[in-house]
Amino acid sequence: MVRLFPVLDVLSVVIIMFAFAMLLPLGVSFLYDDAARHAYGKGVAATFASGAALWIATRGNRAELEPRDGFLLVALVWTVLPAFAALPLLFHIPELSLTDAYFEAVAALTTTASTVLSELDKLPHSINFWRCELQWLGGMGVIVLAVGVLPLLGVGGSQIMKAETPGPMKDTKLTPRITETAKGLWLVYAIVTLACILVFKAVGMSWFDAIVHSFSTMSLGGFSSHDASFAYFNSPAIEAVAIFFMVIAGVNFGTHFLAFRKLSFVPYRSDPEAGVYAALLAISVLGIAYFLFANQVYPSFAMALRQSAFNVVSIATTTGFSSTDYNQWPIFAPVWMLFLCCFATCSGSTGGGINMVRAELMVRQALRELMSIIHPRAYLTVKLSGQRVENNIIFAVLAFMLIWGGSVIAVTMLLAASGLDIITAFTAAIACICNTGPGLNQVGPGMTYAALSDFQTWVCTVAMLVGRLELFTLFVVVTPAFWRK
Amino acid sequence: MKIVILGAGQVGSTVAESLVSEANDITVVDVDGSRLRNLQDRLDLRTVIGSGAHPSVLVQAGIEDCDLMIAVTQSDETNLVACRLAQQLFNVPTRIARLRATDYLTNERVLGPDCFDVDLAICPEQVLTDYIVKLVEFPEALQVLEFANGKVSLVAVRAFQGGPLVGHPLKDLRKHIPSVDARIAAIFRGDSPILPEGDTVVQAGDEVFCLAATEDIRQVMRELRRTDKPVSRVMIAGGGNIGLRLARAVERDYSVKIIEYDKKRCEMLSTRLDRALVLQGDVTDEGLLETENVADMDLFVAVTNDDENNIMSCLLAKRMGARRVVALINRRSYVDLLQAGEIDIAISPAQATIGTLLAHVRRGHVTQVHSLRRGVAEALEAVVHGDRDSCRCVGRKIEEVDLPKGAAIAAIVRGDKAIMAHHDTVVQAEDHVIVFVTDKKLLPKVEKLFEVSAGFV
Repeated sequence: MVRLFPVLDVLSVVIIMFAFAMLLPLGVSFLYDDAARHAYGKGVAATFASGAALWIATRGNRAELEPRDGFLLVALVWTVLPAFAALPLLFHIPELSLTDAYFEAVAALTTTASTVLSELDKLPHSINFWRCELQWLGGMGVIVLAVGVLPLLGVGGSQIMKAETPGPMKDTKLTPRITETAKGLWLVYAIVTLACILVFKAVGMSWFDAIVHSFSTMSLGGFSSHDASFAYFNSPAIEAVAIFFMVIAGVNFGTHFLAFRKLSFVPYRSDPEAGVYAALLAISVLGIAYFLFANQVYPSFAMALRQSAFNVVSIATTTGFSSTDYNQWPIFAPVWMLFLCCFATCSGSTGGGINMVRAELMVRQALRELMSIIHPRAYLTVKLSGQRVENNIIFAVLAFMLIWGGSVIAVTMLLAASGLDIITAFTAAIACICNTGPGLNQVGPGMTYAALSDFQTWVCTVAMLVGRLELFTLFVVVTPAFWRK
Repeated sequence: MKIVILGAGQVGSTVAESLVSEANDITVVDVDGSRLRNLQDRLDLRTVIGSGAHPSVLVQAGIEDCDLMIAVTQSDETNLVACRLAQQLFNVPTRIARLRATDYLTNERVLGPDCFDVDLAICPEQVLTDYIVKLVEFPEALQVLEFANGKVSLVAVRAFQGGPLVGHPLKDLRKHIPSVDARIAAIFRGDSPILPEGDTVVQAGDEVFCLAATEDIRQVMRELRRTDKPVSRVMIAGGGNIGLRLARAVERDYSVKIIEYDKKRCEMLSTRLDRALVLQGDVTDEGLLETENVADMDLFVAVTNDDENNIMSCLLAKRMGARRVVALINRRSYVDLLQAGEIDIAISPAQATIGTLLAHVRRGHVTQVHSLRRGVAEALEAVVHGDRDSCRCVGRKIEEVDLPKGAAIAAIVRGDKAIMAHHDTVVQAEDHVIVFVTDKKLLPKVEKLFEVSAGFV
């Protein structure tokens, strides 16, 4: 039986912590003296008060969490926090519906960055900052941060972190203590983000743009403070920097952590995903550049390469920036990009989708089946960087793929049934479940999700959460067996 | 010499057997009493029951005044501890350990004086693997040995009708391949050795031992038989220690299939091997061999730890069309029974592996000893020291060196150069001399030749 109260107790602490995170945009608001100051004042107060109330209410039921409680905690954190995150938006833009505000907050926190807002350039700085900060927090994971800074999660922490981090094999701890692992991951994340900010500034962004775009880039989110996204800057240097950091953020942060600690590139070489990931991106960028050039979308190959490099990497890493309206490209290119975003990023990165490692395992499992037809007596194993992958992991991955495919179909059907054309419905389903953001047609790079009906917006909201928490965490909580005594 | 041997397993007993005939005082230590009894019944040696890593057992075995300790128990760790104890507590001058795990060999300090202090680490499985890998590389050869760090090779080849030299006297070799300096070291016709002279005629079916610089070996072999097409497909029967090492060594360059019966072991094999195909089944299962196309195999190697299984699977594979079959056979009587019959090459593991070990035991400065023809003959490499007065070969022409009949100096390695021995070649100090001995009984006499007489330090 899941014990609700100890979970709520931890949740209350996370909410209080979240209230502190909201102080940052408040500061930004003061700095730029923008109109959203009161919205944050009220937001912080409401969040803090709710958290404190919950904390006092559950004070008597404090207990060490068990692995099973972790799923509930993660599910709760990821559904409750967006509600608080939406408060400043609601207070500042009264005409924004509750549905849209919650959608925007979920889109930010899950690093999907499919916005319902338009005329971003006219929004107060603090609102744009808040949207991007949410992505940054959600990128590495709120729970991972909580495990790192809150001692109260204790032993159960590793189980809880597993429920939040992407990837099929989460048993390898980087350090003996889980809190150290969580701290290490966040530290690497923060350091790389800082580097990203400085480089963005160096190549010509303003400090504010550099900061919010770094948050967006490192979390592979995709929000921008400009309607035109990266086309606003129209600078190859800025695009190159963004590409570089997007590629970095798409690699397992555990690998980055090891590389940082050993100060060597060896961990990347032994990472089973990084090589394939980089190769796949490079081939796709060159291939699409050639495709665009051959189809005379761009007059020169260099031009085609620049557009292809930025947009392909942006979509494939599930970021969702755009430097042009690639909806206008011949249909193969954007579909291939969306196809990539389903599996290109590595497990343990800030990217979404089914992750490269699962794709690799599936390909190898398929080859294994083929081989076993040719050699019925052969003893074949699926291996990743020389290590045998147990069958139960492969079964888990198979189940994951099945549920993943099922979810895509279900979301597509719901959206299509409610009146969207099939391309919009399908690409929106992929873009939400993979936490990418823009799809095609009505939800394309030049458009927003504002055109969707309330029902469609809620479907997309659920799809984003399901995608970010990798299906099982959310689905397990809604099974009756989970609650049975 | 007083020798303590730890471990009476296959390696331990073979070592004991080879050394006991050379007038040494041998004590064998093992935890298994029945093994020791068995050994004591056959050989003239002393046995002690107990663990080789316990100081009291070592004292009981007379370690305090022994000259050489050979630790060849099943456990690497026991061997290492014994070596350390022997050095620190008992001052044993020479310590040899059998180490299976390659991990111990990666860092040289592990075996150095500040750690376990092992003079020589031997790994019989690795020696055997190297032996078989050579056979994969040289499909025409029966055995390939390297001397002087691989500069000179000795190959055993069976002469076949169709080789240019077959049916001709040996001196024609020089006419056929004038650019190559090669030497026929010995010929075995049937079971009797023939010491080759210039006018000895090579006959089909002869087992010819020839020595040449390693890069010329293929050319020499071509003289004695048509070259086979190179090996590309290898099937290994048995995924034990040797099977795994062999598969790992050749899986990059050849297409390898390995058959193992035990499922757990299969699991481990397929984890450790990148390209080789692991098949689960009985090595003598005709159906399995059939479906896995044993008929297309260039080489079939049976390396299970069961002689009968190895023999049967090789016979089966040969019958089904495998080009060449190699069997690992422990019992010497079986080996003699089978070589040159259906089974192309029968390898006796014990004989093949103890060469390096024996080199350390021998007097003089013998650096390598290789058993040939299952231990009947030997090829040894020795370093000559001293001068004309203190050593019986330095400064003399080869024809002047007083070798017993049945032994011959085959080549000399001087610095980086390999010189094939001719009757007027002069031996110099610090030369590596490669001597071919057709009868093991002659060994003591040969070794005496390379000893430096007393008074020379």
